[in-house]
Amino acid sequence: MFNSILVRYGEIALKGKNRPEFEGQLQRQVRRALADADVPVERVERTYGRIVIGIGAASSEAFSRAARALGRVFGVVSFSPAVRLPVDLDDPVEAMAEAAWGLVQTELALKPRSFKVDARRSYKKFPLNSLEINQELGAAMLRRGIGLSVDVHNPDLTVAVEVRQEGVYISTREFPGPGGLPYGVTGRAILLLSGGIDSPVAAWMSMRRGVEVVGLHFHSYPFTSEEARRKAEDLGRVLARWGGGKFKLRVCHFTEVQKAIQRHVPEELRITIMRRMMFRIAEKIAAQEDALALITGENVAQVASQTLESLGVIEAVTRLPVLRPLAMFDKMETIAKAKEIGTYEISIRPYEDCCTIFTPVHPKTRPRLVDAEAAEAAMAAEVDIEMLLAEAVERTASTDLDPMPE
Amino acid sequence: MAGTQADNHRGTQPAATGIYLDNSATTRPDPAVVDAIRTVLEIEFGNASSVHRLGVAARRILDESRRAVGELLGVASEEIVFTSGATEANNLAILGVARQWRPGRQQMESRRPHAITTAVEHPSVLEPFRRLQEEGWDVTFLQVNHNGQLDPGELATALRPDTALVSTMWVNNETGVLMPLPAIADLLNRRQQETNLRPLWHVDAVQAVGKFAIRPRELGIDLLSMSAHKMHGPKGAGALYVRRGVHLTPVLLGGGQEWGLRSGTENIPGIAGLGSACRLAARRLAADPGGEGLRQLREALWRFIEGNIPGVSRHGPGSPEEVAPHILNVSFPGTKGEVLVRYLSERGVFVATGSACHSRRPEPSHVLTAMGLSPDEVGASIRFSLSWENTREEIEQAAAILKSAVAEIRELTGWRPGRTPAR
Repeated sequence: MFNSILVRYGEIALKGKNRPEFEGQLQRQVRRALADADVPVERVERTYGRIVIGIGAASSEAFSRAARALGRVFGVVSFSPAVRLPVDLDDPVEAMAEAAWGLVQTELALKPRSFKVDARRSYKKFPLNSLEINQELGAAMLRRGIGLSVDVHNPDLTVAVEVRQEGVYISTREFPGPGGLPYGVTGRAILLLSGGIDSPVAAWMSMRRGVEVVGLHFHSYPFTSEEARRKAEDLGRVLARWGGGKFKLRVCHFTEVQKAIQRHVPEELRITIMRRMMFRIAEKIAAQEDALALITGENVAQVASQTLESLGVIEAVTRLPVLRPLAMFDKMETIAKAKEIGTYEISIRPYEDCCTIFTPVHPKTRPRLVDAEAAEAAMAAEVDIEMLLAEAVERTASTDLDPMPE
Repeated sequence: MAGTQADNHRGTQPAATGIYLDNSATTRPDPAVVDAIRTVLEIEFGNASSVHRLGVAARRILDESRRAVGELLGVASEEIVFTSGATEANNLAILGVARQWRPGRQQMESRRPHAITTAVEHPSVLEPFRRLQEEGWDVTFLQVNHNGQLDPGELATALRPDTALVSTMWVNNETGVLMPLPAIADLLNRRQQETNLRPLWHVDAVQAVGKFAIRPRELGIDLLSMSAHKMHGPKGAGALYVRRGVHLTPVLLGGGQEWGLRSGTENIPGIAGLGSACRLAARRLAADPGGEGLRQLREALWRFIEGNIPGVSRHGPGSPEEVAPHILNVSFPGTKGEVLVRYLSERGVFVATGSACHSRRPEPSHVLTAMGLSPDEVGASIRFSLSWENTREEIEQAAAILKSAVAEIRELTGWRPGRTPAR
């Protein structure tokens, strides 16, 4: 019975010249998301403060798909399935009451006992003002004997009426959107995707701030398995449901770098040097991808590579900003988020992304930059590090992943 | 891909797809087997229960295949029940016997029925026994020694007058160790003479059939499981030998096929493949009943490994009476099993490992663990399992690749002979 969806957006209602660009991107993402979900859309219009989607005669199944799709479009604050009526009706109150009554029928499973009408009129040529709509529509609905009473303070159901230039929209529900900024408006960044619980959550949080995320996964076959790589790909597919409807994943053949570190770096510094090499490679990939920042799932903690000292020594190799959305999260918070966005079950698959052969027994948890640099200088005497890194970048595959089906 | 199919069926060198040394996991279907299956799929596709010409032709293939299986085992074709594989055959044997059990049929010490098996059986034997335990059966799981061998004395001790079922494998799939079947046969015979009582004896012969000649009837075996895809037949087909006079309660109920023991429209393509594979095996075993050809290749592989790679250890005994001819299980300290398998796979050599990362924690081989190996040793173990298709050249090639793979991995782990890998 719905023929429209009203989409509300918030933070991008900024002042200044960015606004049309942001709104335009949001509109594009809404279109794309609904198309990907096979929802028959008649039109997607941007009117002041809202995006209005005309759906025509869509099944309730299509509406479910639309709701799920819109729930994953960043920039959307909330949306309501609605009935749209023409703005120039002979008997607007009766028409509104008919539509509202139909909507209330769909809500009866919740056993509401009271309702109120909440009208907002932005089209001033409409014959009734907001207050009049509240009163007359309320009365018309009561006359229909739907068995509800009016309660303006604490109603079980709110019949929202928006009178706009292009139509009158009646709705009874508001679904939350994910908030944030439209995908891609803030630029592109490389995210180091390990396959663990943290990095996919960091990816999602970045995407929510409008960052177009390109994933970078390091594999060391035959020391790591094909399943570990597939884990990263599957995580990318889940992330593709959010953001732009696809996820670009770069997979780097890291085996030779890993072996060189194993051979030429003292045991306690291997993790530190490995991370520094990964960041160097990530910086080069960022140049290839026109990305402006690196993002990791790092979390300030006691473990080896995530002490403040380690973070500093590792990021010293790059000039790009290194963003760490999870830096101050508790593990439980990260896990909860991972479950929410659908990456947790994949992340806990038991395939290591780093073989235990390369895991030192006593890693240095508080390394010093001078020690790391000295270790790399010693290593450079034995191998051509630049060439190793260049080859690793050479052997970094690229895949565009489609969203994982539900 | 279709072109490759046509080439393969004329018997392309297996080397074209690498050196395959994982025959205990599965085997390459023989070209003759593929021919037989294709004929059934394309031409003789009738239902064996149909009355018309196509059905009659299918039934004839069914009967011929049954005869081929019977002949390979030296039993009557009426004693062969076709199944979807060895797992189903094992389930039918164990649960089929158990469901027939009634209190009072045997002299009893307790009201709980008793069965005996070993701790190193395949999961398709262990799991049905665990289910029986849940249902109230008393099941003894006999341990093996450090060599993976079963002491028949342990079986003798465990046997009770009212033991209803004994189940042992013929060849252990991880180590190749032979269960002491002749000794078990003697034991059961003597018990029968002394007490007039005898448990039913089931043998999982999956890794034995087609490798060396076996005669279950001579040993007094009552039930025997086999699998087509372990002997160059197709996956999805197997058989259970049921000695005349043994009664089973069927697991699969339905149209009553296979004398009611295994309902379901007969998988003629799979069964034709199984029959063809049995005829092939019979011909090979006629020329080499002990599997000497396989044994020589296997020993050549071991000699090369031992002579070129330091610090290795072979699991299980070496003499022909104690181990099957085609399996070799070796630990390579200083490496990780899965890494070595992947390393070899990249270079076209296919083997298996006793360690596997397919659960929360790497779940090591229960067989090797039962033999007393440490987790590290199990984690660095590799199983080589040969077939009639492997050649001397392949073995030498594989050994050379293995040598360099182990050397490189050891270089990275810093392993040195005599030094325990503390890293």
